[in-house]
This record gives sequence, structure tokens and C-alpha cells, in this order.
Amino acid sequence: MSATHDHPHADPHAHHPEHHVPSTYYEKLTTALMELLVEKKLFKAEDVQGAIERMEERRPERGARMVAKAWVDPAFKQRMLEDGSAAMRELGMEPGDMLLTVMENTPQVHNVIVCTLCSCYPRMLMGPPPAWYKSRPYRARVVREPRAVLAEFGLQLPEGVTIRVHDSSADLRYLVLPMRPTGTERWSEERLAALVTRDSMVGVAVARMP
Amino acid sequence: MSFAAGERVRVRAMFPLGHVRTPFYARGKSGIVERVVGRFDNPEQLAYGRSGDKKTLYRVRFEQSDIFPETPSAHDTIDIEIFEHWLEKA
Amino acid sequence: MSFKLPHDLGGEPAGPVDTSEHANAFWEQRVDAIRELTRKIELNGEPLIRVDEMRREIEGLGAKAYEELGYYEKWVRAMTSLLLEKGVISTEELGKKLAEVEAREAGT
Repeated sequence: MSATHDHPHADPHAHHPEHHVPSTYYEKLTTALMELLVEKKLFKAEDVQGAIERMEERRPERGARMVAKAWVDPAFKQRMLEDGSAAMRELGMEPGDMLLTVMENTPQVHNVIVCTLCSCYPRMLMGPPPAWYKSRPYRARVVREPRAVLAEFGLQLPEGVTIRVHDSSADLRYLVLPMRPTGTERWSEERLAALVTRDSMVGVAVARMP
Repeated sequence: MSFAAGERVRVRAMFPLGHVRTPFYARGKSGIVERVVGRFDNPEQLAYGRSGDKKTLYRVRFEQSDIFPETPSAHDTIDIEIFEHWLEKA
Repeated sequence: MSFKLPHDLGGEPAGPVDTSEHANAFWEQRVDAIRELTRKIELNGEPLIRVDEMRREIEGLGAKAYEELGYYEKWVRAMTSLLLEKGVISTEELGKKLAEVEAREAGT
């Protein structure tokens, strides 16, 4: 039935490919639910594929594009800090009903994002969250001991830097605007964007050094 | 009750059964209103299939050491979005 | 007096963060897609499934299931429960369809 192997972004090792191991109850439930809803004409089978394709277009590279533009264009940065969703639209990306809120890192303040209650994440910009973002250890500990958690990601911040943890508990979705690395003064937006990692936009890392 | 940015507020120490979006760790804790976000449907009604009444949502900034005194992180903070009916003047 | 549901994790004890990457399997992407579609479809002027309803279902699974089930397992379970509750699907239809899926996979 479904072809895990011909799907470019799906990890064949993440779960049982159906042609090797019998699928689990919940995999079968997914197929059953999808087919029932299609039979009831609530959506079409191709709508599911379309939604998957749209989801795959939402990638961290889109956030990186926004960050790089903010680094080179102070007026855009100001607009992005005031209204992240409007800034997305300005770059031709559709936020839907997501209210994107951008938190700027400075030499004094480092921002980090979590959702302790579930897995709220700027999906409309960057796609589904990474596994660790949804995990119990991250959600439980980043509010209680942010410095210890950041250290597990390899990020050691000086004691003088204030860490602001943002718990996405309601309607806002957050993006961290990391600091522009030094030594990139005359770089193009495209080149700068390659320094902006997903983790730096969640706040568990800083941007790559050139 | 409504609050302004900069005002000191306390999260009500309430423990209802049911769906709420106020993290347990913030209940009974006080912080400063960082911003007034706006009016949003009450998730406590949306969760039960009702169209929610509009409620004012605030971002409240807490000192990390006020919430987790056993692991104080100097001047670090936690910002949480909290609906008006969970807040009182501190 | 206090009361805490199993999803409310902030400050809870937990081990180190596993920072390794896991791409979603195809069936998990399908769950995600169905969720996306069901929140946009309207039934009698209401969204078929609200995200808040999904959360309520997942939070009500109990601590054991909340810990043991995978992320997308919880999602598909929540969506199924809500669609049963709303009368969009019935247990009879679901039972028959699951048997059909099972038989198809077994190649019979």
C-alpha cells in the first residue's frame, strides 16, 4: 500500500516501512480514518497529498530568509519585530491564522522558545517541530534549568546574558532573531541565510560562524 | 479585570479539572505584564466544541528564580501567555 | 490542593534532551495532513475539529497512555475519538474499515 520508500523527505528508518514489518494499529487507524473521510466526501485523497506537499514546503530555510533580510534591512527588521506575520506576507509566505512574534537576541539577551503544554511551534513558517522540541525532557526542563538544557545543545552563555524563555501557551507563535555573526559585513542575503539554522531560530543555538 | 503593560499581576492558584492553557508551574506566581496581546476566543470553551467568548490575553514575564527557586538562574525570565480570567492584581 | 494533567510538563523532573533528528514517517505525515484538513473543513458552520478539542482529548488520555503513545499516535487517536463523538463516523464503519485495511495489507 503506501509507498514509504518513494517519499523523499520521509525517513525510512523512523518507523516500520509497511512492506517490511506489519503496520501498527495506529498506522492502520490512520489509513482507515483517511479512507472513511474520503468516502464521506469531507476531502479528497489528493487533498491529503496536497497538504503533505504544502507542509514539506514549510522549512526552516524560510525562517532563515526572513532573518537574513532582517540582518541587512533595518526597516524590514523593525516591521518584523512589530508584526512577524505581516513580514512573512511581505516575503510572499502565507502565515494563515498564525500570529508570528519575533524575539530579538542581543549581546545582553538570549531568547529560547518552548511549549510546555504541547508542541506549539511556528509551523506555518518552518514546518513541523523537531522531535526534541516535542520531548518530555525539553518541555519539562528548559523552563526550570535553561542553562543546563542549552549546554546539552552545546550552547554555553555567559552568566551576564539574560535568558528569556518563552512558553507558547496560547495564541502567539515565536521565532528567535539570532545575532548576526561578526565577519559577515558585506555578505549577501543569500549567503547570510545559510548561517541561520533552525536551532538558532528556536534559541537552542546561535547562528553559524562564517 | 484589565491590566496594563508593566503592571504586577498574580496567576490565580486554581486547579479545575478540564482543558486550560495556564501552565501548572505558573499558578500562584506573580510577574509583570510584558504586553497586552489582544482579544482571543477562550480556549477553555473551544476545547468543548463551543465558540469561545473573547478574552484578553496577556504576556506575563516571571523571574525564573521566583518560579523555580531551587535552580535559580540569576536574572533569567519566563514569559507566558495568560488569559485575563487567570490573573489578579498582585 | 492541586491537580495536574500529564501533558503539563513545565518544571517536571526529566532526563537529558535527546537532540538527534527523526524525520516523520509517511503515515505520520498523513496524520498531520488529516489534522490540517479537518481544522479547515466546516460542518454546520463549525470547524470539523478544533485544535483545542484535539488538545483536550490528548490531555484526557491518562498519564500512562500520554507517556507511552507516540506523538502522532496520540493525534490520530484524538481525531478518531472526536469524529466518533461528533457522529461524523461510527464505530461500526470504523471497525469494518479497519478489517478491510488489515485484509488488504495481508494480501488477501
